[in-house]
This record gives sequence, C-alpha cells and structure tokens, in this order.
Amino acid sequence: MERIEHGTDLFDEMKQRFLSFKKHKYMQNLELYEKLAKDQAPKFMVIACADSRVCPSSILGFQPGEAFVVRNVANMVPPYENGPSETNAGLEFAVNSLKVENILVIGHSRCGGIRALMSMHDDVETSSLIGSWVSVGMNARVRTKAATKLLNFDQQCKHCEKESVNCSLVNLLTYPWVEEKVRNGELAIHGGYYDFVDCAFEKWTLDYKESNPIGKSGKVAVKDRAFWF
Amino acid sequence: MGNLSQEEAIEGLKKLLIHNDKDEQLSKELETKIEKLISELLGTTPHDCHPVRRILGGFQSFKTNKFDVYPELFSELAEHQTPKFLVFACCDSRVSPSNILDFQPGEAFMFRNIANLVPPFNQLRYSGVGAAIEYAVVHLNVKFTFIFRCGGIDRLMELPENGSTENDFIDDWVQIGLPAKAKVKAEFGHLPLEEQKRECEKEAVNLSLTNLQTYPYVRERMARKALALRGGYYDFVEGCFKLWEVKTIITTPIRS
Repeated sequence: MERIEHGTDLFDEMKQRFLSFKKHKYMQNLELYEKLAKDQAPKFMVIACADSRVCPSSILGFQPGEAFVVRNVANMVPPYENGPSETNAGLEFAVNSLKVENILVIGHSRCGGIRALMSMHDDVETSSLIGSWVSVGMNARVRTKAATKLLNFDQQCKHCEKESVNCSLVNLLTYPWVEEKVRNGELAIHGGYYDFVDCAFEKWTLDYKESNPIGKSGKVAVKDRAFWF
Repeated sequence: MGNLSQEEAIEGLKKLLIHNDKDEQLSKELETKIEKLISELLGTTPHDCHPVRRILGGFQSFKTNKFDVYPELFSELAEHQTPKFLVFACCDSRVSPSNILDFQPGEAFMFRNIANLVPPFNQLRYSGVGAAIEYAVVHLNVKFTFIFRCGGIDRLMELPENGSTENDFIDDWVQIGLPAKAKVKAEFGHLPLEEQKRECEKEAVNLSLTNLQTYPYVRERMARKALALRGGYYDFVEGCFKLWEVKTIITTPIRS
C-alpha cells in the first residue's frame, strides 16, 4: 500500500496513481464507466466525517456510482430550521434529484469534532468556526452529559459520537421532503459507527413511526441493530 | 493439493498481500486481482441491491484486505492522524478521490460537498466548510490543499438570472460559484452552453482556490510556505486528469 511521504514528488505520485486507476480499474470496467459517464443512480447517500481514517469508499468498499457522499467535520446534519448549508444542499440533491433509497450517517471513534463539542464551555460564545459548526450537535452533548456522569472524558466522547449520529438521524426528519419519503417507505435512514481501534462496525436503522420517532425518554427508536467485527 | 476450505484460501491470499520487503512488492494489477478474489470468496459484490448486505460485505472486505494486513499502520492511525492533504471533492458517487487517486487511510482529510465549492471566509455563514479548513490547517497541519473538481456545474450555469429559486438549499449553495460563471460568460459567452459548462468547471476550481486564501490561517501558512494549494480536474467522460498549482508572483518594479 503506497503512501505519499514527500511533497516534492506530489505531481508525479498523483499522476502515477491516476494512471494506475485508469489502467487497472477504468479500462478493466469500461462498460460500467461509460454508463456512469451518462448518469449516476446511487442507492446510498452517506454522511461521514472528513477524518482521513474513515473514508466510506475505503471502509465500506463503495465503488464508483454506488454512494453519494457528503463529508464534513463530525458527520453532522443540521436541522431544517438552521437554514442553508453545504450539507443540506447535498441532502436536497440526493433525496429529490437522485432519489436515493438509503441515507447512512456514519460516526467514528476518536472524533476530533465530537471532542471539540464535548470540550466547549457551557456559557461561552464560540468564536471559532469549528465551535460554530459542532454546536449543531448540542442536543447530543446534553444527553451524553446526563447519561454518563460516572464515566471519564474519553468514554463520554465515545458515547457522544454515537449520540450525535442519532441526533443527525432525527435532524434528517426535520426536512419535509425527507420525512415524506420515509413515511411512504421510499427512503430508509440508517446510523453507523466505525470503531477503528478494534476494527468494528455497528449499524442500526431508524424506526419511523407516524407519531414520533423519539420515545418519551428522548431516545431515538431504532431497529435492525447489527454489530460486525 | 487436497480440499482447501474457504477460510484457508482467504488466509493464503491475505499472506500474498503482506509484503515486508520492497523486492517482493506486488504489482498494483496483481494486488487488485487478489483483493477481488478475496471479495468473491467472502461472497461480497459491489452494486449488491440489498443495502445491509452491501455495507456488511464492503466492511468485511476492508477488514480482510487492509486492516488485518497492515496492523502496525492501523494501530498508529488509531492514536492519531497526520494527513498531508486537505482535499475538497464533490459528493458525486462517481468521483471518490479514494477510488481515483488511491488515497489510503490517514493520507487525506477529505471534505465532500455539492459542486465542491469553497466559499470565502465568513464567520457568520458557511461554518461547515470553515470548520473543515480550520481543523485541517490549524490542528492537523496539513501541507497541501487540493481541490478536486469533476463535472456537474450544470445547476450553477442554469441558475435563473432573476434570482428566483426552485429549491430550498441547492441554489443558495451553488451561487457561491457565480463569479466563476460571470467570468466564463464574459470570456466564452460565444461558445455553446456545454462548452461554457466545461470552462466553468475549471473556473470554479480557480475561484475556490482564490476563496481559500481569504481564510487567515491559510494565508499565514502560505506566506511561510507551510501550505501549498493545488487544483485538480477529473473528467470521467474522457477518463483524464489535470493537476495545477497556485503560485504568487511579484514582478520587478516597473520604471517610469
């Protein structure tokens, strides 16, 4: 597995990698790439963290054409009422134009964005862009702090990493055109968690009910939970 | 040869992927073929219609072909990431930089958004992109920022001139690229729309490279040569790739 070590040979390295892709993948699957050149019809929209260790194409093996992928800091989905952002522009395109059948939000271990969220002071206005962005996950932080009083900070962050995924799943339903499709059974919403310390993947599906997906306890209703390691 | 179980066959193939000595390094072609064989033995195929089976298969394949084969690397990555690149790429399902440029785990902090535009620095809006730039440049100390463009600028070129919008969020986002569109209209307005779109795709990269430099921490690092900007364009119709860099030139004084 070749990795780039020095910047001075950047151009050459990029060129070699592209030519290798063209020779071993593009030319070997010309029919697929010619079809994709005309149009894309991915079944998945994936929202994942920008972290260099958690690329969905790598860890879940998505091939060209399979997944429309949004990557941002801490894989967050802001609610509809927050207004326009690059994440919900991507969401709108994936759901309304590409008509994906599945949305998968993937959280991961040792997430710097979640750590920043958990480290924020309660009563101080954040001046950094990181702080402004991760504040989207404030509900997850509040629920985490309430549920994990006896755990250490690292354990609390791990809890928040998963809680934040659920927060994003709930935020997805604040978009009317998402909720309509979920209600009609045209779109399924899934959460995922990649632990790169132990190489394990957890997956669950939002259990949508007409009345309210969030139970009285404030927890998201989920089903089909699976754990792969 | 005897009866080989599926597990034994997979283990045997995995051993071929591990190369400690440079002389024994496999060619990329052979590596791809072995990975494909392992996927077939695991019963995982791309473009599988069942979503859960698809992602389970993909994860098993990754664990078998990469994670288990390079334990030292992944052990190091579990502790921290030190990517050299901040990459901006489009969400388009056909243009994952990991597929096309073979970025390995740990190499690239990758932000993917629709039309992969980078807006100018703004503390009140666009905190999503800003957060990614701030984290990658200030906290991860990346050395290169790479804007990886593909096709798909259609919506920008087709934005109504009267400012009306037919969607909630897409138009608000792609209008970041309006300066690129204006430049293309001025220089290439005489060309057919399809050719204008191709020009706009490249101009959008240059606009994003310019906008990147409005972030104070990007400017500061570029000034002391700790950060370099690159633009790239992948044409998935023609199957070609272009790469260019940002350079600042100060001319010698012009005498009166």
